[in-house]
Amino acid sequence: MGIFLFSLLAILCVGGVLGLILSRNQAHSALFLVLAFASLGGLFGLLDAPFIAAVQIIIYAGAIMVLFIFVIMMINLEQGIAPERKRWTLGLSAVLAVFLLIELGLAVRGTLGALGRTGGESIGDPKELGRLLFTDYLYPFEITSVLIIAALVGAIVLVKKKEKE
Amino acid sequence: MIPVSYFFGLSIVLFVLGIIAFFIKRDLITMFMAIEVMLNAANLAFIALAKAAGSPAGQVIVFFIITVAAAEAAVGLAIILLVFRQKKSIKAEDMRLLKG
Amino acid sequence: MFWLIPLIPGASAFILAVFGKWLPKKYVSWQACLSVFASFGISLVSFFGLLKVPPGSLPVIKTLFSWIQSGSFNADLSLQLDPLSSIMTLVVTGVGFLIHVYSVGYMAHDKGYKRYFTYLNLFTFAMLILVMGANLVLMFVGWEGVGLCSYLLIGFWFEKHSAANAGKKAFIVNRIGDAAFILGIFFIFLIVGSGDFRAITGALEGGAVTQGMATLIALLLFAGATGKSAQIPLYVWLPDAMEGPTPVSALIHAATMVTAGVYMVSRMNLLFTLSGVAGQVVGIVGALTAIFAATMALTQNDIKRVLAYSTISQIGYMFIGCGVGAYAAGMFHLFTHAFFKSLLFLAAGSVMHALSGELDMRKMGGLRKYLPLTYPTFLVGAIAIAGVPFLSGFFSKDAILTHAYAQGQYFIWALGLMGAVLTAFYMFRLVFLTFFGQERLDPHAKEHLHESPRVMTVPLVVLAFFSIVAGYVGLPVVLGKKANLFSRFLDPVIHPGHEAHLNISAEWLLILISVAVALCGIYIAYVFYLKSPRTPHRIVARFPMLYKLLYNKYYVDEIYNAAIVRPLVNGSQTVYDNFDLKVIDGTIDGAAAATGFAGKVLSLFQSGLIKDYGLVLLLGVVVFLGYLLF
Repeated sequence: MGIFLFSLLAILCVGGVLGLILSRNQAHSALFLVLAFASLGGLFGLLDAPFIAAVQIIIYAGAIMVLFIFVIMMINLEQGIAPERKRWTLGLSAVLAVFLLIELGLAVRGTLGALGRTGGESIGDPKELGRLLFTDYLYPFEITSVLIIAALVGAIVLVKKKEKE
Repeated sequence: MIPVSYFFGLSIVLFVLGIIAFFIKRDLITMFMAIEVMLNAANLAFIALAKAAGSPAGQVIVFFIITVAAAEAAVGLAIILLVFRQKKSIKAEDMRLLKG
Repeated sequence: MFWLIPLIPGASAFILAVFGKWLPKKYVSWQACLSVFASFGISLVSFFGLLKVPPGSLPVIKTLFSWIQSGSFNADLSLQLDPLSSIMTLVVTGVGFLIHVYSVGYMAHDKGYKRYFTYLNLFTFAMLILVMGANLVLMFVGWEGVGLCSYLLIGFWFEKHSAANAGKKAFIVNRIGDAAFILGIFFIFLIVGSGDFRAITGALEGGAVTQGMATLIALLLFAGATGKSAQIPLYVWLPDAMEGPTPVSALIHAATMVTAGVYMVSRMNLLFTLSGVAGQVVGIVGALTAIFAATMALTQNDIKRVLAYSTISQIGYMFIGCGVGAYAAGMFHLFTHAFFKSLLFLAAGSVMHALSGELDMRKMGGLRKYLPLTYPTFLVGAIAIAGVPFLSGFFSKDAILTHAYAQGQYFIWALGLMGAVLTAFYMFRLVFLTFFGQERLDPHAKEHLHESPRVMTVPLVVLAFFSIVAGYVGLPVVLGKKANLFSRFLDPVIHPGHEAHLNISAEWLLILISVAVALCGIYIAYVFYLKSPRTPHRIVARFPMLYKLLYNKYYVDEIYNAAIVRPLVNGSQTVYDNFDLKVIDGTIDGAAAATGFAGKVLSLFQSGLIKDYGLVLLLGVVVFLGYLLF
């Protein structure tokens, strides 16, 4: 059952990203990405992280992607944009991507053996997570709130149209 | 029980797909989305590691990453919008003011 | 308290330099004059104080602070007072003060008034440091300071091309002498290990310096003196220095600057005596300069230039005195010369002032009745310098010539005597052409003809008074062994070589010869320029070559120009064209071009495209990860 769910979600996720790549329409790309993120949320759930799974779906698949779609609407391109045609850039990046894939694979294989597989069941408990956030990680948590305020103000200042003098 | 290494494999594939998407796409918005894909691939790796190590710390980090990503998305999209207003284009190759 | 003597004018110069812009003109005059006067007052008090000090405890030294301490090279900022310094401070501040006062009137309408007084105070300060410095290093500071101030003041009207050039010439010619001078100082440091005058005296008396070394050092120092005191071969700057304001000429010629060389030789008299050869050189150079400059003065028509050559000639006499071992006589001539030469210059300035700046004697004549104060004072100066008995110049010049004869230096004595004839002749030529005979005035200048204001004439009268009486402090030996107060006062500083004495009748004979010579010169001038004014023209017609040679000052300037200045300029131009422009500029331009080229090449990597940057980033990640893994 678990392995079936994983396979399904993994296929949906990779398919979503591939759809993003192949689609020429930005709105379609964004919707494919929503699909990929949502299935990623499901995968988080499989990894004993229900709280993060919820956050992923609400914030990422919900809020952030809605923001993307808003911007796409505002820009409102009538034609899609064709993919990159510069051969050597594409070729080199493809080669490098393959190298990175291999390297990462090797790296992960080397590292995994060192980790124990002593997965406790309660690591994703929202209550436990909340306690951690407000005790051990209090300072990063507070600082993040400042960061969000700054981003909020920054975004507004940037986009606001200047009043004509 | 699904082996953690499967999740890692998926994470790597997603990350590399993100890179490829970044290089194939020509408009800033989709390239930005490709970066979000890479971020999420990293998130997946963190969660998988949290599971493997039996510690919630990885999940806390992902929580922070998502928060910061939200802020980053807001500012990034604002910048893209601003660029579009000035240049009437969102093609990456039209932005080369920094050419030496 | 004597250490305040140089500091007061120095402080005044500093204040004028920094705050002069905001100070009212009247205040500037008062401060400049009073600072020098205060200095003079202290000099006077110190002088009388010095009379009471027993000779054993001379010189009085005041160390202000330790100035340079570098390994074995030490110099204190210390001032000293001994009879020699005391006389110099009196001359510098006394005559300097009168020149300051005179300048108040002379420069009244100049737009550089405040700048002028700043320089004048600075000049006084530098000269006082020179004469009061207790070691060679401090003396050198004053020496250079005087050179700097002469440059500033000769080129005071620097808008005028010739003035700027004259300032430059004075500075550069002095530099040549100074180079030798500083070499001499280095040698002294090498041998004595100190620049302190007491230490030098001790080393010389203790026999630490060989005669050859003493000759080398003495000649180097004397080379410096020829620059500063305008002797052959470095006298060329002095006539050109007439481009400066006239009071400055008076200051340079009488109180400061040119006397520095004589002072220095007197200060180092032990060295010159020890060397012997060097003393001989000093005497011969002095004698040659005395007569050489005197002949050049014969044909000049510019009133100030005649006086300039006369200064060179008179300084020559001072060096004759030093050269024959009669340092006291040399200093005595310096002392009297300061009065009558500043008097002559200031009076000449008064004439110029009256004639709206006219300098050419051919356009003067008959001024006697227009300038009732300038004329008699100028006449006093002329009589004094000509060596007529009972005025100061007679006593000092006679003292020098008598000593030269007594030392058996008959050649030098003869030259000096010839110089004396010429001196009397050209001075009275000046007097007759300017104040007697028919008027040859410019009609335009005649309209404005007027006697100078009180502020200018009072210093003239004071100087005239001293020109008459200053000689009586140094009466000749024939009037008794103790008659020469001046020489006795200097005894603690002057270390006598072997003194030769003549018998009384020989002394009287020499005095008579001097008098005859002076009167003879005056009479010739009278015949030439008053009795039969056509005589000079006939002589010129008879010896056109000689006249041309003298009129063009032996072509020395032209020779120096061709032999030294031109090759130097051409050589510098060649070096500039080839080395500076090609090698140095080429290297720097090449470095700039290489940098630019490297930038151009490297900027190819900066395409401005995000993807290219991303690609490089990816490459970096792949390579780094590969490095970590393998």
